[in-house]
Formats: sequence, C-alpha cells, structure tokens
Amino acid sequence: MVNKKTIKPRKSFGQRVKVELSRHKYLYLMLIPVALYYIIFLYVPMYGSIIAFKDYRPDLGILGSPWVGLKHFKDFFTSIYAWRVIRNTLQISLGTLLFGFPAPIILALLLNEIRSKMFKKSVQTLTYLPHFISTVVICSIILNFTATDGVINSIITALGFEPIQFMIREEWFQPIYIGTTIWQQVGWDSIIYIAALAGIDQQLYEACRIDGGGRLRQLLTVTLPGILPTIVVMLIMNAGKIMSIGYEKILLLYNSNTYETADIISSFVYRRGIVDMNYSFASAVGLFNSVINLILLVSVNRICRKMTDNSLW
Amino acid sequence: MFRNFAKKSRGEKTFTVLNYLFLSLLTVIIIYPFVYVVFASFSDPFEIMSTRGLLLKPKGFSLESYKVVFHNPNIWRGYLNTLFILVFGTGINILLTSFAAYALSRPDFRAGSKIMLLIVFTMMFNGGIIPTYILVRNIGLFNNLFALILPTAINTTNLIIMRTAFREIPDSLLEAAKMDGANDFQLLFKIVMPLSKATVAVMVLFYAVYHWNAWFNASLYLMKRELYPLQLILRDILIQNDTASMTVGTSTTDTAAVGQTIKYATIMVSTLPILCAYPFLQRFFVKGVMIGAVKE
Repeated sequence: MVNKKTIKPRKSFGQRVKVELSRHKYLYLMLIPVALYYIIFLYVPMYGSIIAFKDYRPDLGILGSPWVGLKHFKDFFTSIYAWRVIRNTLQISLGTLLFGFPAPIILALLLNEIRSKMFKKSVQTLTYLPHFISTVVICSIILNFTATDGVINSIITALGFEPIQFMIREEWFQPIYIGTTIWQQVGWDSIIYIAALAGIDQQLYEACRIDGGGRLRQLLTVTLPGILPTIVVMLIMNAGKIMSIGYEKILLLYNSNTYETADIISSFVYRRGIVDMNYSFASAVGLFNSVINLILLVSVNRICRKMTDNSLW
Repeated sequence: MFRNFAKKSRGEKTFTVLNYLFLSLLTVIIIYPFVYVVFASFSDPFEIMSTRGLLLKPKGFSLESYKVVFHNPNIWRGYLNTLFILVFGTGINILLTSFAAYALSRPDFRAGSKIMLLIVFTMMFNGGIIPTYILVRNIGLFNNLFALILPTAINTTNLIIMRTAFREIPDSLLEAAKMDGANDFQLLFKIVMPLSKATVAVMVLFYAVYHWNAWFNASLYLMKRELYPLQLILRDILIQNDTASMTVGTSTTDTAAVGQTIKYATIMVSTLPILCAYPFLQRFFVKGVMIGAVKE
C-alpha cells in the first residue's frame, strides 16, 4: 500500500507533496473550487485594501496607483465625520446590546413558566416570524407606520398630542432603529435560551421544591444559574460585534435629515465609496473599522475561552 | 410533574395569569404590523386614504391593488430573476459548502486544520465593501446575475455547522466503504449527505432564505433594471416611492390613492412564498440554530 511508504523518514519535499496529493487526491479536488472562492472573493479584497494607502485610480489599477501613505486616515480623523460615525456606531450597537440583550432572556424565562404546550409553541412560532421577513419589507413597514399619517401618529393624535415626524427628527432615529431591531430579533434570539432552559435537570427543581422553595427561589437558585453560561457566552460574543453593525437597515431607513444620529461607519463607507466614488478614502475608513473588529473579536474570544470552554474558533 | 392550578398559591396564580396576558400581548404587538399589511392590502384604496389608526379588518373590500400588482411586469421579472438566483445560488452554495465541510471533516486529512485556520480568518478580517466592489467590477461580473451568486458562494458559519454534522458520522462506516473501493466523491454523495439529511435541509433553507431576502449586492452590481431581483424592485416601490414603476402596465389614473394599497399588496405578493413555507420550515430553522450553537 502507498500509505506505508509515508512512515519512512527522510523524503524530499517534492516527494512528500506527491505522496500527500495522491493519497488525498479527491479531497484536494473538492477543495479546488473552495480555495478559488476564498482566494478570489476574500483574500484578493484583503490585498485590495492597500488602496487605503494609495490614491486609487481605476485606469491605473491597484498596483499602478500612487502611494500616499496615511493621507486618507488623516483626512478621516481630522474631518467632522470621524467622531460622528464612530459615536453613532457605538450608540446604536450599545443601545441594541443594552435593551436587546436582556429581552430574549426575559422572553425565554417567561415562556419557561408556561405549562400549555400549545400556547408556548404558538408564541414561539409567531415571534420568530419577523426574523424571516426581508429587510426591505421590514423597513417599508417601519417607514409606513412611523409616517406623519401613519398608524402610530394617528394613535398619538387620537390621544390629543401633536403628530411627530419620526423619520426626519434626529432624536428619533436611534430609538426607532433599536426598538425595531428588538422587534425583529427577540423571538429568534430566545431560541438558544429556551434550549438552555430545557437542558436544566428537573431534579434540581424537585429538590428546591422539597426544600420549600417557591417560584422565585427556583428562579434564582436553579433557573438562572442553569442558563448563566449561555448568557455569558452570548454576551461576550455580542460584545465582539460592537463595531460591526450592518448598513442594510440604516441605508433603507435614514435620510439626509437624520445623518447626524443615523450615519454609522459602514453607511459612511458606502456613501463615500460607492456613491461618491472616493474609493481610497472609503477603503481607509473601512480598513480602520475592520482592524478594530479584528482586535475586538480576538480579545473577546480569548476572554470567552478563559471563562468558559466555549469559543468562536 | 403535573401540578393542578387549584393547588397553587395565590401569588402563583396571579403570576400565571399575568404571564399569559403579557405573552399574548407581546405576540400580538410583534405580529400586528404584518396583520395590518394583510388587511390594508385587501382594503378599498379610497377608503383607506381616509382611515386613521389600527385596522381590525379590511376597510371595504377591493382586489384593485392586487390587479395592479399582478399586471406589473417588473414584479414578475423580479420574481424570475430571484428564482434564477435562488436555484443556482443555493445549488452552488450547497455543493461548495459540502465539499469544504467533507474535506475538512476527515480526521486523516492533516492539512485540513491549517486550511480551516485560513478559512476562519476570513470571518474575523476582510477587505471590506470597497475592495470587494472593485474586484467584482474588475472580473467582469457587473450586470451579471452571477455577481449575486459567486461572491457569496460559501458562508463560513454554515460551513462550520456542516462540518460539525459530518464529523458525527462514525468513521468506521466510511472506512468500510473505502475498503469497497468508494472514492471521496462517492462517500460524500452516497453516505455522508444522506446520513446528514436534516443538516443539509437546514443549510438549503438558510441559503435559500438568504437569496430570497438579499437586495444589497444587487443594488451594487446591477445597473440594468431587467436584471433586478424581486427585493430590489420592492425597494424602488416601497422605500423610494417610485410610483411610476408601481403602476406599470395599468391605466390607473389615481396613483396617489392606489399607491398606498399597492404597496401593501406588493409586500403580500413578495412575502407570500415565505409566509406559506414558514410554518413547515420553522422547526428546521430552530434545529439549525441549535447545531450552530453547539459547535466543536
């Protein structure tokens, strides 16, 4: 058999490659398209991000464009936009974390107290739904409901208050964004906690009851400690994503009236790069964001691995 | 485990009742916007103009807006484009993801762990939107539906989920088939995939829903309107209020009045496939989340 030969030491590099290739020839064949995908669509753009240090001109190409060093980074950090987009990114993601993180845990805990299987199943099925509706449709419903003549304003006026122009008022953008994100995700995000709750040993509840523990005691001494590891892992993972909120919902909801509170790093990169075609400047801002994300993810993963035995990679 | 309601203390009873009430209310709030869309889409366009506040049933009854939507050629072309992307996209997704997951799940494939490292690194760091955009333009995928398929050919999270599932298949099974002369392609398609049917189903669903709902890459890479997928047509109609594209193919004169209900009908027509499939597929999705959560 060919395999026996590989045990023998002292083989030239070329020979070893040959043996390895012939031994796993079909695996390598499978990996060819996979490697092509990762190289072309993920590693080539990584290399392409060097245009952040150049003045990219499409006619000169990435290699031919002149180097300009840190010019674009300086331009970004000395502009009034730098603080604005970083602040908005942090405010929106921290706000989402602060209100959006406990919500699915509370939902799961409340569902856990429900004895009727039918009721529980229905609540779960219905609350997952917004997760599957496309961002475009979700945003159009948001715009429609918050319009001056929309449902929310007609309730406000019926109660005798002045209508609010939600989507043009700066101070309303972030609450609306965060609130609707919770609406979209609370049901879906609760799945993981519901599963964790189902995994708690029922004998622990039995024991607590025999000791005379009521509902509250059971919650504090059995339920919460039971799902604490899940909570910690989810919290740490979410913390790693603080600087990487997506632009899709932002782009569909914001307008020039609300840039002051709505424009985040990724939407700014999109506008500067794709719309204004300032490729190099936008790449510089994007690269800054990617590096921050990398640092965050690596540190978060390290913390996660230390505290629990679960980690992202 | 069963405990009778009558045996509970008073506090517990109050809590139980309040809990049911709260969860019912929450569910109603979460689901109501969609119910509103359903009611509004069947409403009479002129009556709904003068209606304020919540709808508890359609206001009047009219299929006028559906007629307009069904006569809109943009919507049907959008449907066709989306179907094309969905079928080819998901096909390529599944093929490549399972190739990668299979190769990287083989314990005797030593190079696998190093390759995996290079793959996982792309989850943590990427070139970003601008270099990717320049690349797609440079390789001539502009105004090509494959620009929505190839750059998202593998989702690394899905790859990890699939690899985890493939690893659970006992190695002895594959070794035995190998002894009988089966090669890796045969092992993957004849043994591994059939044995992980549930996971493969979850992957198909995850990818298909992604393709159905995606709009952003299309807005980047497609300039020609006749290539637009459904979601991009929807964006023009719903977000950018493009009434001209709303009423294509009809002779409606009062576009302002019909405009609102047309929007609702458009949402219905575009979301119906997901809504119909949803109750049946829901449990698969939940399973997918669980596999994803307990990796390693």
